[in-house]
Amino acid sequence: MIKLRILTLLFAGFAMATTAQAQQGEPLKITITEGVIEPMPFVTPNFASENPSSAQMGSDLARVIAADLSGTGLFREIPSDAYISQFTDFAAPVSYNDWKAINAQAMVAGAVSVNGNQVNVKFRLYDIVSGQEMGEGLQFNGTTDGWRRMAHKVSDAVYSRITGESGYFDTRVVFVSESGAKGNRAKRLAIMDYDGANVQYLTDSRAIVLAPRFSPSGDRVLYTSYETGFPKIYVLNVGSVSKRVLESAQGTMSFAPRFSPDGSRVVYSLAQGGNTDLYSMNVGSGQATRLTSAPSIETAPSFSPDGSQIVFESDRSGTQQLYIMSASGGEARRISSGDGRYGTPVWSPRGDLVAFTKQNRGRFHIGVMRVDGTRERLLTSSFLDEGPTWAPNGRVLMFHRETQGATGRSTLYSVDITGRALRPVRTPDGGSDPSWGPLQ
Amino acid sequence: MTFTFKPTILLVCGALALSACTDPNRLGADGGDALGGQAATGAIVPGSPNDPTSAAYFQQNVGDRVLFLVDQSSLTPAGQATLDSQAVWLGTNIGFTAVIEGHADEQGTREYNLALGARRADAVRNYLISKGVPGDRLRVVSYGKERPAEICSAESCYAQNRRSVTVLAGGFTS
Repeated sequence: MIKLRILTLLFAGFAMATTAQAQQGEPLKITITEGVIEPMPFVTPNFASENPSSAQMGSDLARVIAADLSGTGLFREIPSDAYISQFTDFAAPVSYNDWKAINAQAMVAGAVSVNGNQVNVKFRLYDIVSGQEMGEGLQFNGTTDGWRRMAHKVSDAVYSRITGESGYFDTRVVFVSESGAKGNRAKRLAIMDYDGANVQYLTDSRAIVLAPRFSPSGDRVLYTSYETGFPKIYVLNVGSVSKRVLESAQGTMSFAPRFSPDGSRVVYSLAQGGNTDLYSMNVGSGQATRLTSAPSIETAPSFSPDGSQIVFESDRSGTQQLYIMSASGGEARRISSGDGRYGTPVWSPRGDLVAFTKQNRGRFHIGVMRVDGTRERLLTSSFLDEGPTWAPNGRVLMFHRETQGATGRSTLYSVDITGRALRPVRTPDGGSDPSWGPLQ
Repeated sequence: MTFTFKPTILLVCGALALSACTDPNRLGADGGDALGGQAATGAIVPGSPNDPTSAAYFQQNVGDRVLFLVDQSSLTPAGQATLDSQAVWLGTNIGFTAVIEGHADEQGTREYNLALGARRADAVRNYLISKGVPGDRLRVVSYGKERPAEICSAESCYAQNRRSVTVLAGGFTS
C-alpha cells in the first residue's frame, strides 16, 4: 500500500518535469523545474532502550534516521509532540489507530542496547495505512563509535523498501575543506559521512589541493596538489593515507582526474605548451594514452558507467560545451545546445543523465540533461554553483556554492534531481569539490 | 647613479600604465613603495626595490604582471610593453630564472580556469622567448582561480585577477 503510494508520487513528480519540457519543444527553453509532490508523513519515535545505558543512543538514532529521510524531500517527519501514544516497547503490538489519527503513513520503530562499546540496533518498518509491517525486522551489531552508520543503514533499508530504489545514506564524501581569506585560502582534503558528520582530514594545508575523486569502491582518492609547486595528480589510499604521484613529464601540469568504473584507469587533463588535452592512464603500469590533440581546451572528463565512453568539456566551438566520445578517443559529438557555457560534466551512475555546471548571464547553475543532450533541466541558480557529484543511486547531487564578495565562503549543498530538495551540508569549515563515494 | 635611476622608473611606469605601477602587490608579497625613503637618500640597498638588479625592483618597477581580457589569452599592447621591459631586464640579469604564473578570475569552473591560466602563462613565455629570453629559464604554472590578487566579486577586481605574474628565482639573495 505504502509502496504503491510513494511510487505514484515519485512518478507524478518526474512526469511533471517531463511535461514541462515536452511542451517547449526544440530548441530548449530552460526553466528551473521544481516538481511539487506531497512528502509522505512518517514517525520515528525514539528507539526503545533495552538497557539503562542506551537511552541517549535511542534518541540519537531516531534523530539521524529522521534527518536522512526528511532530507530526501520524499518524507516529512511528524514531530513527537503530536504523538497520541508513546512508543516504549519494541515487542508490543503497534497501536495503528493512534498513529493513523495523527496522519502518519509510515513508522520506523526500533530498539537499542549498549554493552560496553558494543551496540545492537533492531528496527521494523510499519505501514500505518494498511496496518501491517513492511518487510522483515532487521538488526545490526557494531561498536558505539559506528552508531551513525547503523542509523544510516536503517534509513537505507526504509528508503529502499518504500521507493524501490537503493539508498545513499551509509556513504562517505571526499571534499576540500576550505578556511581563510579568499585570496589565500587554505585547502585540505577531507572525508566525511554524506550528512557532514565525522569529518577527517587526509592532508594538511601546506599545498593547494583540488577536486578529489573517489575510486568506484571507495578505497582510493585521486586529487590534484601543488605540493611540488606545479599541479600534479596524486592517488591516495584512504585506509593507510599513503599517496603517490601519477608521473607526468617535467614542464607539464596535470589535473581533473577521474577513475574508470573498474578502477583500473584514470582519465585526466594534461597541459603542455599552453594546450590542455585529455589522456588516459593505466593506474598499475603508469602507461598513458593521449585521447585528444586539438589546440582547444579539453578537460573535466567523466566515464560512462560501462566504461565505454567519456563525457568532457571543450571550447573547440569557441565556448565551453559538453561532448561525448569513445573512451579510447576519436570523434566527439557535442551534446549541449542551450545558451551559455557548460562545464564539469558527470555521468550518472544509472547511465541516463549527465549533470553539469552551467554559466549563463552572470549566474551559475547545476543542471542535468539526457545523454543525447535533450531535456536539459536546471536544478539550482546562484552567484556560483559548481562541480556536481552523483549519489550512488543517481537520484541526488552534491555540489558547492560560493557566495560573492571579499567575505565569500564555499559551502556544500545537496539537491535531488527534481531540484526540489536543496539543502546545505554542514561542515566545520567551508567545503568545495565534493565526490560521493559508494554505498557501504 | 640614483639620478639616472629615477627617470628610468618613470619611463617604465609610463609604458606600463595600468598593469604594474598602480598595483605593486602580488601573491604573497607585501607590496611596498617603489620610490620609498631609501631611494630618496640615494643609498642602494642590495635586494631592495631601489637595487635595479633585484627581484624586488623587477616586481615593482619593471612590472611583473600582465592583464588579460575575459576568457582571452592573447596579449594586449600594454601587456606586450610590460613583457618587452621584462625581456630587457631578464637579458641583463642573466642569473635569474622565472616561473610564469597564469591566473583567472572566479567567473569560471575550476578545471577550465586551470587550463585558461596555462594558456595565459604560455602566451607570456612564448612572447619572452620571441624577445630573446632562453626558454630554459622560463617555467609556467597555472593557478586557475585559486589565488585572486584582488578579492571582490566585481569587474574592478576580476580585471586585476585575469593576469600572469612573472616570479623570479635565483640571482641576488640577501
